[in-house]
Amino acid sequence: MTTPVLQATGLVKRYGKVTALAGADLELLPGEILAVIGDNGAGKSSLIKALSGAVVPDEGEIRLDGEPVSFSTPIDARKAGIETVHQSLAVSPSLDIASNLFLGRERRRKGVLGSVFRMLDRQGMREEARRQLDALGIMTIQNPGQAVETLSGGQRQAVAVARAAAFGSRVVIMDEPTAALGVRESRAVLDLILQVRDRGLPVILISHNMPHVFEVADRIHIQRLGRRKAVVDPKSVSMSDAVAIMTGAMEPPEAA
Amino acid sequence: MTTTATRPPAPLPEQRDRSVLTRLQHLLHAQATIGPAVVLLVAVIVFALLSERFLTPGNISLILQQVAVVGTLAVGQTIVILTAGIDLSCGAIMVLTSIVMAKVAAGTGLPGLPALLLGFAVGTLCGLLNGLLVTRLKLPPFIVTLGTLNVFFAVNLWYSGSATIRGTDMPSLLLWTGQTINIGGTRITYGSIMLVVLVAAMAFVLKNTAWGRHVYSTGDDLEASRLSGIRTARVLLSVYATAGLIYAVAAWTLIGRIASASPQAGQTDNLDSITAVVIGGTSLFGGRGAVVGSLIGALIVGVFRNGLALAGVDVLWQTMAVGVLIIVAVSLDQWIRKVKA
Repeated sequence: MTTPVLQATGLVKRYGKVTALAGADLELLPGEILAVIGDNGAGKSSLIKALSGAVVPDEGEIRLDGEPVSFSTPIDARKAGIETVHQSLAVSPSLDIASNLFLGRERRRKGVLGSVFRMLDRQGMREEARRQLDALGIMTIQNPGQAVETLSGGQRQAVAVARAAAFGSRVVIMDEPTAALGVRESRAVLDLILQVRDRGLPVILISHNMPHVFEVADRIHIQRLGRRKAVVDPKSVSMSDAVAIMTGAMEPPEAA
Repeated sequence: MTTTATRPPAPLPEQRDRSVLTRLQHLLHAQATIGPAVVLLVAVIVFALLSERFLTPGNISLILQQVAVVGTLAVGQTIVILTAGIDLSCGAIMVLTSIVMAKVAAGTGLPGLPALLLGFAVGTLCGLLNGLLVTRLKLPPFIVTLGTLNVFFAVNLWYSGSATIRGTDMPSLLLWTGQTINIGGTRITYGSIMLVVLVAAMAFVLKNTAWGRHVYSTGDDLEASRLSGIRTARVLLSVYATAGLIYAVAAWTLIGRIASASPQAGQTDNLDSITAVVIGGTSLFGGRGAVVGSLIGALIVGVFRNGLALAGVDVLWQTMAVGVLIIVAVSLDQWIRKVKA
């Protein structure tokens, strides 16, 4: 059996009297898109936040490539190679695309200009940004020096995805990447997700949009009442059955 | 029928106007300092036509001296406003610092350089206190600096005993900023030159260093910056402390300008520095603007006051003009922010 890239076992997270995670498990295999679906309050967000370092679980274990890890901040998770595309996008609108791509990990110039004067390698970062956008086939963005606020919603999403793909070395987590987008823009972002997977990076996709989930996911993790209820194959389970399992109207099939 | 079909549709004048406006909006969006620069240029030309005394070396020198103190404060104020903050205590920090520098030197006979460095340390600590209150207690910068404005002013009155310290009692280094050199027939104070150097240095740092990018980003969207791995509290702390240091530099310029250290000096300089920053095109909502704009903003206010005075306009209309400029500048900023692709 292949070692999961990312494995969570028995995660528990309580907020006062509310139990958001009641012993949740998750397994992400190499090179796959794992969709996470679940009703409101099923613990999707808490699960993702635990994996991306935004919250620290009360109990349970997270393993990355089989090694136990513990993240106390999002920076820890990032350093370990887990990049998250947040629903709020986490881009800085007034900065340009290249600056956003490198936000928080800017590159300095070589030599004295960089070490003494702390000068940024703006040219180099722009060229790298261009390469990353090209690699993902994001052709609609002409100029990496453009301010992000002049971009459409889909283009902003593309910038956020490109950032995750550029720096994520182990796992990319995407939280509702198509929630705020129109049909055509959603299409482009779904293609991006497939591109990231095809480059060998496993993706965890959180979404409410069942057609999108069924279109791109290799496996679907169904979260219910703070636990993993089932993992299903989108090719053998229908959309309505998945929703039925998610809402508790149906028990999951035995062999998933 | 064919004639009507082949005739190209006449562009609607309304649409053409809009495209010109949109282009202007994009230009101002990309280059926020163009607006203030044009205003300054037009003001200089108009006042030069109104009064032949306006462009004389003596008058230019006077304007630059008048602008130096508020301009220096505005450099510190700019970086605070870029983080979506505001610093009402800048004038109070400056005055307290000038009193510390002058009184320590005049009272204990401490030489100029240690007195100056002590003042810089006091200014930085005052700024650091603002930063700590903003980041640790998570209070709005407006409230924090409104509070510290009064605290610093009270400390200043207590320490100075409400007495002015004369320049003749101070080491010459503290008064150096008021001395002049002759550049092309115009006598320029070292304080003014220091302001230009400071603006150039800060412009470089904001544009070319990671810290500069983080200042913009923190003001633009705090949560997004945090999620991007920027230690936003550290950025804010460093911004308020650096601003405090710059206010101490302003204190040095102030001592040179009035050839003394007065606990009652610079009472409205905090608002004047905000005026310069806002007229200079920096957004009060954070994340947008440039320190060069603030220098231009300070110059615009100086040129308006001086030019209107030379043209024989009553001081109340000078104040009115500055007020109108502020409203126009902020309205323009709101419009520019609505830019779309």
